[in-house]
This record gives sequence, structure tokens and C-alpha cells, in this order.
Amino acid sequence: MHTKSVAQLVKGLRERQFSSVEVTRAYLDRIDALDSQYNSFITVDEAAALAAAGGADERLASGTANALTGIPIAHKDIFCTDGVRTSCGSRMLDNFVPPYDATVIQRFKSAGAVLLGKTNMDEFAMGSSNESSFYGPARNPWNTDLVPGGSSGGSAAAVAGLLAPAATGTDTGGSIRQPAAFCGITGLKPTYGRVSRLGIVAFASSLDQAGPMAHSAEDCAFLLNTMAGHDPLDSTSSTAATEDYCATLGDSLEGLRIGLPTEYFGEGLDVATGECINNALKELEAQGATLVEMSLPHSALTIPTYYIIAPAEASTNLARFDGVRYGYRCENPVDLHDLYSRTRQEGFGEEVKRRILVGTYALSAGYYDAYYKKAQQIRRLITQDFMHCFEQVDVIAGPTTPGPAFALGAKSNDPTSMYLEDVYTLAVNLAGLPGMSLPAGFVEGKPVGLQLIGRHFSEARLLNVAHRFQQATDWHLRTPDSAKGGTL
Amino acid sequence: MRIEQDEIEKIAELSRIRISDEEIGQVTQRIAEILQMVDQLQAVDTHDVEPMANPLDATQRLRPDKVTQSNRRNAFQAIAPAVENGLYLVPKVIE
Repeated sequence: MHTKSVAQLVKGLRERQFSSVEVTRAYLDRIDALDSQYNSFITVDEAAALAAAGGADERLASGTANALTGIPIAHKDIFCTDGVRTSCGSRMLDNFVPPYDATVIQRFKSAGAVLLGKTNMDEFAMGSSNESSFYGPARNPWNTDLVPGGSSGGSAAAVAGLLAPAATGTDTGGSIRQPAAFCGITGLKPTYGRVSRLGIVAFASSLDQAGPMAHSAEDCAFLLNTMAGHDPLDSTSSTAATEDYCATLGDSLEGLRIGLPTEYFGEGLDVATGECINNALKELEAQGATLVEMSLPHSALTIPTYYIIAPAEASTNLARFDGVRYGYRCENPVDLHDLYSRTRQEGFGEEVKRRILVGTYALSAGYYDAYYKKAQQIRRLITQDFMHCFEQVDVIAGPTTPGPAFALGAKSNDPTSMYLEDVYTLAVNLAGLPGMSLPAGFVEGKPVGLQLIGRHFSEARLLNVAHRFQQATDWHLRTPDSAKGGTL
Repeated sequence: MRIEQDEIEKIAELSRIRISDEEIGQVTQRIAEILQMVDQLQAVDTHDVEPMANPLDATQRLRPDKVTQSNRRNAFQAIAPAVENGLYLVPKVIE
């Protein structure tokens, strides 16, 4: 059961080969048996999941099933879930039970999906290793001494460890793609505005975007069909028409032009990782694609630009956590100022506080033009680089990360070296483009991710390229040894 | 750009984040490293480049000023740390 794809589960449920209660029970049992080694879930409500599965079985029986009826899905603990604790990986929200669903959650519920549980993540999605979580780090199923990546590390580990058939994540600077690469799964960050941000705990509002994480591009397409679409309650949600992202998966790659940015293959890229990427590109070439060398000249500026814009927006967004309306409140505040400053001292972890301070600095009087405005100007230059390239190519390809997963603790005391992890992923968020990561090989048993970047709203094309690649390769079908225990 | 400890104290005050005396040295050092890393932006010529706030250059959408949601005060107050008679409680502000 747990080795089936979302597409196979949908078919099996329709044909009554098994019930949603059986599928959901199977995954709950695996979480129970195996998640002590991954720490990929923060909250699992067995009774609620089984009750939802029971309801799904009734709808399957009465012929009123929807696209994902009966499919258990894990959600990053950043999506507000009505009546289910939403911690965002933080002590600040450890006691927060939202009174409403995020639009993404609502859409999954309408499609009939079962909420399997809420997954571990870096605190407020700030991190590239899952180590900043208040609930302890999630671990990489390929080797539990390694990080799963972040910030959507719990979702990636849960899918890679076969504890969920698919999951949701969010990506502000690589938080879907980097953990997908580290854990050997497929993840898609859609175009900015493609998926509603309503009810997603806000980090950096001009960069945040939610997307699917699953084994294959086909399963990601299935999930995106449910997630994508305009939401009148999110003022940055796009009104552009959605498509059936499954419809064009099998299209030929004949004539496809793939751009290879020289900046993504130079110094800093692990040699063995680079070889995996080159082999993957040869496969795409064999299917009729043309590889074109090109340049994104402002690439070196993406890290500093991002680390102004994201903290600036974060410092503004996180001002809402004041110990008054919901979430953590310090004990015995002597006055209002003490209530605010001690609640935030005790409720936020180190990395979150660091980013709030950097952001506050960048936005403060006298520094705004030198930092924030400057970063926004360079953001445009970075975006224009991509637009020039897309005049010549359909898709850009390269590594998702400079190397495979690193050991827990290896970078946790050095924030600036941790920031380098995102060197190939950040620009995609700054430019608002869709990007995805798919398994492309292994280096010493550690998965490597191939990144694909497309024009705005070209999700269907990216999924098509990824699907064709996965029809010819089996990297995405490999299972880590640690997930083979607890079989039913 | 160098940043001194008293500047960090000022930002922490603006951010309403208390930093203990034991932590302040370390926090200052880490933030100095980050600011040093972002300093390379200063060398870029951005004359005449329009700042980009939204990656699709979208502008704020407006909607009719119409009530569309119901009042859920009780649900929202149920998750607050301290409430009384429909009000959120904070320490006394005015003597």
C-alpha cells in the first residue's frame, strides 16, 4: 500500500481494491512504527484522520467522490488547520489551534483528501536544515545522521520515508526544492501567486509560495490541480487561468530548448553532484531537447539580495506575535513593554530573532535606501536576467543544491555558511518563477536533485519535462533502507 | 559596514525583542557577519533601476467595500492568552 503512487491510490480507491480507512490506517501505522527515526511529524491526530477516511469511503461508495477523495496527505505545519494545532515549528505557536483552514487545506478537503498530520519544519520556515525547529530536527531517511534539508524538511522526510504518499510544503528561498533534493523526492514551487497564501503563516510575503512534494512529477501534477487557482481572499493571488497539469505530462520534448546557466555549474558545485546533473541533462538531450549555454550575470548577488528582502518582510510579518491575541505569552509581565519583549525573547528561536533584527535594521530610518531599496533594485536586475534567457530557452536546468545533504550540526552554528545552501534556489523566488527539483542520481548514497526553472505560469511545462525524465529513469522510485522496516 | 553593540540594542528595542547581557555579544557578531555579507550590494550600479516589490509587478487589487465574513469574535478570543468581557487583557498601561 505505502509504495503506491497517488495516481495508483486514486485508481485503487475508485475500483474498491482497498478503502480509504485501510490506506490511512496503513500510513498511520507506519508513522507509529518508523517516525521515531525521522521526527518528520509534529502533530498526528489518528482519530480525526480515520474519521475523515471513513467519510471518504462513504462518498466513494455513493459515487460522489472528488479528485483526491480518500487520499491521505501530510501538510507542513505552516498551513492553518481548523481545530488542529499549527505550530510553524515555533514555541511561539506551540499552543496555537487555528479557528479556520488555510485556503490550500480547504481545497484539499473539498477534493476529498484526508489530513494525515502536520509535518516538522524550520521555525517559521527560516532555515535550510530543519534544525531550527522547536520540536527538534527532522532527519533524512537516506541516512538519519544527515539533515533532510529545510525548511519543509518534515514533509520531504515523510514522503521519502513512505510515511505519506504526498505532502505540501512552502518555498520562500528553496524550502520545497532543497529538501526534495536532499531526500530524493520531487517538489514543485509554483509561480508566485499561483497558489493562495491565505492561512499560511507569513514569512516573506513577496516570496512565499506553497507547492506539492511527492515521489513523482505525475503526483505533483495531481496535487497542483487541487492547490492552484485564484483566491479572492489573497490579494496577491493570480487571476491567470489554471490548466489541467496532468494533461500534458506525456508531451514530447522534441525541440525543447534547455538553458544551462554557467553560474550554476562553476566554482562551489560539488564535482560528483555536477556529474549527476550532467548525466540527467544527457537523458533530456536524448529525448530531443537542445542544451544551450547561457548566463545569469547577477547570480552572485542573489544571496545578499535575498537576505535583505526576506528578513525585512519577516520582521514586518512577525510583528504580529505580541503575546496578546494568540500564541505564547511570557509569565508575569510587569508592563506592556515587558510583555512584548519577553514574549518575543522566549517565544522565538535564535535564527528567527536574528532575521527579525536584520530586517528591522534594513528597514530602519537612515538605512532603508542603502539596504531595502537597493535590494529591491537588484531584485529587478536578477529578474531581468531570467527574462532575457527565456527569450532564447523554454526551461533552465541546473543543480538544486551545491552538494548532497550534510550532517546534522555541520552548519548550525554558522548562519552565513548555511545561507550558501540556497545559492541556486533563491533567485527563483526573487523573480517569482516556478521551479522544481527532481531526483537525478546519488553521491555516496545521498540523493541529488536536478532543478528545472520555467517562465511565469509554465508549471505544466516543467511537470512535463520532469515526467518525461522520470519515464526514462528510476531515481524517483528508489526507497531508503530505513523505510523498509515496519512493512505491513 | 560595521555595527556596534549599542546599535543592536537599539534595533532589539525597536523589534521588541529582549536580549540578555550574556547573548548580546554573540548576537552582535552574527549580525555583523550577515551585514558584511550583504554589503557587496553597495558596489552595484542601480541608477535608474525601478525597485521591485512584487515579482509579477502586480499592484494591489481592490475589492468592493462590502461585508463578506461573519463575526467570529468568540472563536478568536477562545485562543487568546487572557480575555475578559470580550476584551483582550494586557498589563495596566495607564495608572
